[in-house]
Amino acid sequence: MTSSEQALLAARPDFAAVARWVSQGARVLDLGCGDGALLRYLWEAREAPGYGVEIDDAEVVACVRNDINVLQLDLESGLLLFRDGSFDTVILSETLQTIHRIEQLMREMLRVGREAIVSFPNFGHWTARMQILLGRMPVSEELPYEWYNTPNVHLCTTTDFEDLCRKLGIRIRERVALHEGRQISFLPNLFGSIAVYRCAMV
Amino acid sequence: MAQKARFDAPLKLRSGAELPGFELTYEAYGELNAAKSNAVLVCHALNASHHVAGYYAGREDEIGWWDNLVGPGKPLDTRRFFVIGVNNLGGCHGSTGPMSVNPATGKPWGGDFPVVTVEDWVETQARLADHLGIERFAAVMGGSLGAMQALQWTLSHPERIRHSLVIAATARLSAQNIAFNEVARQAITTDPDFNGGHYYDKGVVPVRGLRIARMIGHITYLSDEAMMGKFGRQLRRAALGFDFDIDFEVESYLRYQGDKFSSYFDANTYLRITKALDYFDPAADFDGDLSAAVARAEAAFLVVSFKSDWRFAPARSRELVKALLDARKIVSYLEIDAPGGHDAFLMDDARYFGALRAYFGNIEL
Repeated sequence: MTSSEQALLAARPDFAAVARWVSQGARVLDLGCGDGALLRYLWEAREAPGYGVEIDDAEVVACVRNDINVLQLDLESGLLLFRDGSFDTVILSETLQTIHRIEQLMREMLRVGREAIVSFPNFGHWTARMQILLGRMPVSEELPYEWYNTPNVHLCTTTDFEDLCRKLGIRIRERVALHEGRQISFLPNLFGSIAVYRCAMV
Repeated sequence: MAQKARFDAPLKLRSGAELPGFELTYEAYGELNAAKSNAVLVCHALNASHHVAGYYAGREDEIGWWDNLVGPGKPLDTRRFFVIGVNNLGGCHGSTGPMSVNPATGKPWGGDFPVVTVEDWVETQARLADHLGIERFAAVMGGSLGAMQALQWTLSHPERIRHSLVIAATARLSAQNIAFNEVARQAITTDPDFNGGHYYDKGVVPVRGLRIARMIGHITYLSDEAMMGKFGRQLRRAALGFDFDIDFEVESYLRYQGDKFSSYFDANTYLRITKALDYFDPAADFDGDLSAAVARAEAAFLVVSFKSDWRFAPARSRELVKALLDARKIVSYLEIDAPGGHDAFLMDDARYFGALRAYFGNIEL
């Protein structure tokens, strides 16, 4: 592993968890791909060719600079450009909380991909629960915004997410909870600050 | 400096007509490297020419039409790339066209010059590439009608193009697009000075038709927002005149644009270029299935559209992107939120030019 990869994994511990579930050479679609760092990592670690979808101008230009195939599209209007089953894995990495129409997007992800990998900040983490208990909206490293300026519209806990999957007929194949880069197996909805799920249609 | 290349082998056109031979006027910037791997062809749209960048000594005001993009240190950096601009066949900037002499009659072709298509242009450009010893272009790029050529290159000669930059484009004109072109053509062909296209030897030019055609075209190149921002309802004179002279700034602007254009552009060329636009439809041979049409492409694509462009709206570019994705091609797509309308493709915008600079920077030579 190069030093830049190490630095990347330190900054985004969910990347390694995502990469473990992407098979060698898989066709990957990364929704809300930012500057394409995950796709770059997957290309280097898994030789997985991919596309990123991103709406932000500066991030899209960064993707082009990083030699990532990027499509500047709004996820809220769905994945109309993608044919059924055209990807092995569709990734939604720390983007779920910013999406308005989550149900539609989750269905769309599993229409165009055989599998979906979804990661999000866990609102059920004990520090969030404590802050609510003390009468404040939670602010943390994963959720650094104040209630009045947050771009996040749909925060959830791991239990909430699993309920939604059940409702949509989505099967959870694997899951992992992380905190400060380490895997949490004891009471993950309490001690995991980031949750990563591997899903498929039932 | 403009150069000429002469091709003596007959050219069979899509229409079935044949030209005995032809000349292309072109300009080149930068140096072709030893591996001949750094050539970029820049295709022009409706009214532009081979004069893409820079200016000629003593004519400093005639700056190339894409000079903000092409040059040393610019997004398409001529210190790294060998850039070629060509005046298309049927044009009026030095290449063989309606103003040229028809060898069969010894007179200008005029209205007898055949209708040329995007496919025909790509064939002539390929012959120019042969002439220059370029086997494979690093990239072919263009905006609007120029983008259609960049796309057609990937279909006519998949093995001769590595990257296709398709900007402010559509893979086929809509009925509304064709309608605008038809109004422009009607303006020209109903001008009493048109004479069926044989006006050169009569000492007249269908100026009125051509200027109306240009005025209509110009409206479609700008967004409502851009026009409002530029002119608003600003008056040209102190108060409303209650006559039919110029009241508003926008009227003055359109008349100026029409006058300027009709003083240098040829009406016969204009007619043919609008037909080339109308006829372009690579999916037509595939029952309208664009993804089947692009299946043979091997190039990587960069598709760019502009949100305020209503002539070739972003939805048209997205159709192309979808077809490319369905055909499993390599493609990136940018939808730039610039206010300039269709003409935004000619304007410097940090996001747009930043992306082009980054894209060209990643092309390996």
